[in-house]
Amino acid sequence: MSSTKFILGLFDDPDDMMNGIHQLQQNSVPIYDVYSPMPIHGIEAKLGIKDSRLGYAAFMFGCTGGTVAFSMLYYMLVHDWPQNIGGKPHFAIPDFVPITFEWTVLFTAFGMVATFFYATHLFPGRTPRVMDLRATNDRFVIAIDAKGNTPHADITKILKEAGAVEVKHNDRKYVSYE
Amino acid sequence: MSFGWTGSVKTWQRFETVSLILAGISTPLVLSVHTIVSMDFATSLEPGWHTTIFPPYFVAGAIFSGFAMVQTLLLVARKVLGLENYITMFHIESMNKIIILTGSIVGVAYLTEFFIAWYSGVEYEQYAFINRATGPYWWAYWSMMSCNVISPQLFWVKKWRTSVAFSWVLSIVVNIGMWFERFVIIVTSLHRDYIPSSWAMFQPTWVEVSIFIGSIGVFFTLFLLFIRVLPSVAMAEVKLLLKSSSEQAKLELINGGHMDASQVEFYKEAITKFDSIDMSDYADKGNKKDNKKDKHE
Repeated sequence: MSSTKFILGLFDDPDDMMNGIHQLQQNSVPIYDVYSPMPIHGIEAKLGIKDSRLGYAAFMFGCTGGTVAFSMLYYMLVHDWPQNIGGKPHFAIPDFVPITFEWTVLFTAFGMVATFFYATHLFPGRTPRVMDLRATNDRFVIAIDAKGNTPHADITKILKEAGAVEVKHNDRKYVSYE
Repeated sequence: MSFGWTGSVKTWQRFETVSLILAGISTPLVLSVHTIVSMDFATSLEPGWHTTIFPPYFVAGAIFSGFAMVQTLLLVARKVLGLENYITMFHIESMNKIIILTGSIVGVAYLTEFFIAWYSGVEYEQYAFINRATGPYWWAYWSMMSCNVISPQLFWVKKWRTSVAFSWVLSIVVNIGMWFERFVIIVTSLHRDYIPSSWAMFQPTWVEVSIFIGSIGVFFTLFLLFIRVLPSVAMAEVKLLLKSSSEQAKLELINGGHMDASQVEFYKEAITKFDSIDMSDYADKGNKKDNKKDKHE
């Protein structure tokens, strides 16, 4: 029984890496995840990863922001403390537009970024959980869960043939901390 | 510092979604901010402020001065940080073209203000504008006019527009011009308002001068901290570009015979114009069909 936990295919070119994904899929090898130093367009479709739902979250935050701002303006300027400004109507919707818009933008931006950090487990000072340190520099890494994916030699061969510059058999999931 | 970034597929996917939406919401925010600032002026009844042209005029002015300020900082940062291969003459020239365009829009806005003052028949407006150009603050008005409207027109000359030194000097001239624009709008309008008893000349106190200098200091502190601590160029985007449109990537495409002969010609012309690349690699890469034949033989 080998102690290998993850098999990593390291590529130096995203095109070769896409070829590697293709070859692995042809051979029915499930892929754990792919790490790259830059976004690779079209990889989500290849790996069957669903579209990000952050857009919906952003929309909901925007709606919340707009509603909060408008309700607060209404409560303050119309309901709780109406002021007579030159005999103009208290419920002057056009005057509410700028602040409503700005709160919409504020809530959208902060809410969406907070959701992004929360969903992706990012926060200041977090220990990076990285499988290969060069994945954030110049290597495109395909990670394969070693458990149940045997024989390992075949996976290594597929990766090598697809153009991997290096194949690693790691005993630990993350190498970035002790 | 990196927040525990891993670069997994999902992370990048979400990152791109966030970038797209943030860009989408900040664009209307820019328009909204400048429109509302200008409407704060326009809602007063002060002659010279009470005009409907203010929102587009301020938005154009913001883009104009924004580009000039970026140009001022960028040309220095580019040289100091050695980013000449990332920020090329193509970018500088394109920015200068935006400066001509927005400078001209601002110029048209200045003239329109004059026309409307005359056309409205409102004496107070007419006085405010004649006083601007010929009154005690004529020097501020004409500094603004020459820095903002006349000097950017020099960028029509291609040789000047593609000169780093000239672009830098002119960007500072534009910054000064936009500072004078605010001075003209605020000081010259307020120094002659409806009540002659409140007519006065503006004398800045030491507090005002300190705030002015301090604001510049705060700005530069933050800017320098940013380029000291954070990457001044988005590395992931550069990597993406290197893969898709770098000189090496294009040379590979041309060598592989994937590009049309006319496109290759256009590309070769463009790199001689904007870059200093050894053209010997491209010497025999003009014709797609010849290339292919060579390879097969």
